[in-house]
Amino acid sequence: MNYQWNWGVFLQPTAAGDDIYLGWMLSGLQMTVMLSLSAWLIALLLGAVIGVLRTVPNRFLSGLAATYVELFRNVPLLVQLFIWYFVLPELVPASLGDAYKQSHPVFQQFLAAMVCLGLFTSARVAEQVRSGINALPRGQKNAGLALGFSLPQVYRHVLLPMAFRLIVPPLTSEFLNIFKNSAVCSTIGLLELAAQGRQLVDYTAQPYESFIAVTVAYVAINIIVMTLMKKLEDKVRVPGYMGGK
Amino acid sequence: MVYEFDWSSIPGALPFLWDGMKISLEITLTAIVVGIVWGTLLAMMRLSSVKPLSLFAAGYVNLFRAVPLVMVLLWFFLIVPKFIEQAFSLPPGTDLRLTSAMIGFALFESAYYSEIIRAGIQSVPKGQMAACQALGMTYGQAMRLVILPQAFRNMVPLLLTQGIILFQDTSLVYVSALADFFGAAYKVGDRDGRLVELLLFAGLVYFVLCFAASMLVKHLQKKYHPA
Amino acid sequence: MIQIANVSKSYGSFDVLKDCSTTVNKGEVIVVCGPSGSGKSTLIKCVNGLEPFQSGQIIVNGTSVGDPKTNLSKLRAHVGMVFQHFELFPHMSITENLAIAQIKVLKRNRDEAVDKGLKLLDRVGLKAHAHKFPGQLSGGQQQRVAIARALAMDPICMLFDEPTSALDPEMINEVLDVMTELAQEGMTMMCVTHEMGFAKRVANRVIFMDHGRIVEDDSKDAFFANPRSERAQQFLAKILHH
Repeated sequence: MNYQWNWGVFLQPTAAGDDIYLGWMLSGLQMTVMLSLSAWLIALLLGAVIGVLRTVPNRFLSGLAATYVELFRNVPLLVQLFIWYFVLPELVPASLGDAYKQSHPVFQQFLAAMVCLGLFTSARVAEQVRSGINALPRGQKNAGLALGFSLPQVYRHVLLPMAFRLIVPPLTSEFLNIFKNSAVCSTIGLLELAAQGRQLVDYTAQPYESFIAVTVAYVAINIIVMTLMKKLEDKVRVPGYMGGK
Repeated sequence: MVYEFDWSSIPGALPFLWDGMKISLEITLTAIVVGIVWGTLLAMMRLSSVKPLSLFAAGYVNLFRAVPLVMVLLWFFLIVPKFIEQAFSLPPGTDLRLTSAMIGFALFESAYYSEIIRAGIQSVPKGQMAACQALGMTYGQAMRLVILPQAFRNMVPLLLTQGIILFQDTSLVYVSALADFFGAAYKVGDRDGRLVELLLFAGLVYFVLCFAASMLVKHLQKKYHPA
Repeated sequence: MIQIANVSKSYGSFDVLKDCSTTVNKGEVIVVCGPSGSGKSTLIKCVNGLEPFQSGQIIVNGTSVGDPKTNLSKLRAHVGMVFQHFELFPHMSITENLAIAQIKVLKRNRDEAVDKGLKLLDRVGLKAHAHKFPGQLSGGQQQRVAIARALAMDPICMLFDEPTSALDPEMINEVLDVMTELAQEGMTMMCVTHEMGFAKRVANRVIFMDHGRIVEDDSKDAFFANPRSERAQQFLAKILHH
């Protein structure tokens, strides 16, 4: 192979003249991080609610939550994304749909991507929350009720604080997944990290440099998230429980 | 104004969609088979006491698990054609997208399968290996006759679930414009101006297939692990 | 039969075994006891090389266990071992559990192996359970199958690693009876156990370990009548009065 390596490409001005190519990469990285963090917030809040609903002694509510989880788990993320982006604006009342379609394209892409990733991940978080709650000894709930807590109070003060500590490791991997899954959003034109990488290939014809740069960026995100979550895990560890001291 | 659905372009497109589904299934099956075989080898390397082997396996698995599938596929669509064209001296521009996709998925999924298999091997109590050794079995015999059969039994539900996830993930070959089931649906919808209907139809088909498969896995799990 | 000479083993700075030496002669029954963490299980696992050790020497029937040139599989095929948690193979029937190593390790043909296995199963009183799986048997029954599995290899000696400590009290005797019978037939045995009744009945010698050292190595009568070390006296007092 006679490939001409040129790492200097990142410092060249872009064809559009607005920046250097490194600037494109960094703005892609920024988009990936913003998108993932905002979607993660949705996923955590919604996932906690749905996960709790799956464990409550009410057939209707737990069934509803189960349906939610199955729906989001059994349709590919890409299909969900296209449905949010292309289909939903057509199906909502026209005034809302038009308002969406007339907004800034980047806003449209970001909103669809954030909601899609958030809801997709919330179904997974919900499953973890449920298994965390179910992993607690049954006596815990009874003890809470015996002390006169209401059921919501038992969840708020007894079950959830412990369940969340138990599921920090699986939540870490969901948190990592959301960064990786955000790359799917390049398909609707959102200029996040993977999309900037592809754009760079089109403009510079230096595919290896740009793919390596993007890959390294994802690995770096991975390492940073894992380190932070490990810190969190140590911090919330309960003494005398699960390897706690 | 309410959206007026028009599903009329679907019946005529069914043969084309079915061709797409065959590509999706082909990629899924290849990746499952190669993934489990290569994943088992990776898991055994990872658990081996030979440092270079375990380091290689750890590096392989961690790298593939850190990078988004979309990115992995882009890499393979870039690299594989170059290699194959040179190795078999094919004319440049031969359509190798399906081959690239299969290789990419197989190598990517191996990393995930190897983690499942490693956990499976570790779920077999340590005393089992000691008992095999005490009976004079070699490491290979112990693995083949005692450890792996038990490990795989514990892992079947997880391996199948991973297969379902993999089937969903094959839709990402969209990035190479390969007409798998999703790609085909998108093309038809785009052509007929009926993207809304085709996307909903694709979603429904995926849901029905994956939901049925996951129910089947749950059923198998109950049957073989009643506890 | 088994010579253990100056064996030491440590994990980092923690000594698991310190300069342990003893000998087991053909036909002897040795009971190894001591508080938990004293190294007795580690010592017995060193005898068939399941645990490596850093210094010293163990010779089993003329073969050095620590020698890297030794084919450990070959040696282990003739040294029977019974584990605390039985370690039957849960995915195989009892018959298959008894036959598998005979077929794959000793290269016996299947009929011969099954035949031999069933004979031994009969001997431990479980012939009727041949077709069952380990999970369908009680702990005591599983342990008797495990003994039969080891015997099927025609071992020159048997190692027992706390064979009754994972059992419910009412099942302990059925296992000890099989072991007693085996001892009376002249099998060379090394048993890590807390069952002092068993030791009194069949042991030739008792080894007492503490903190990785062999503290007492005495004839059974001497050990029970008058243990020399204070540590062994305390241990015996505790274990015999409950």
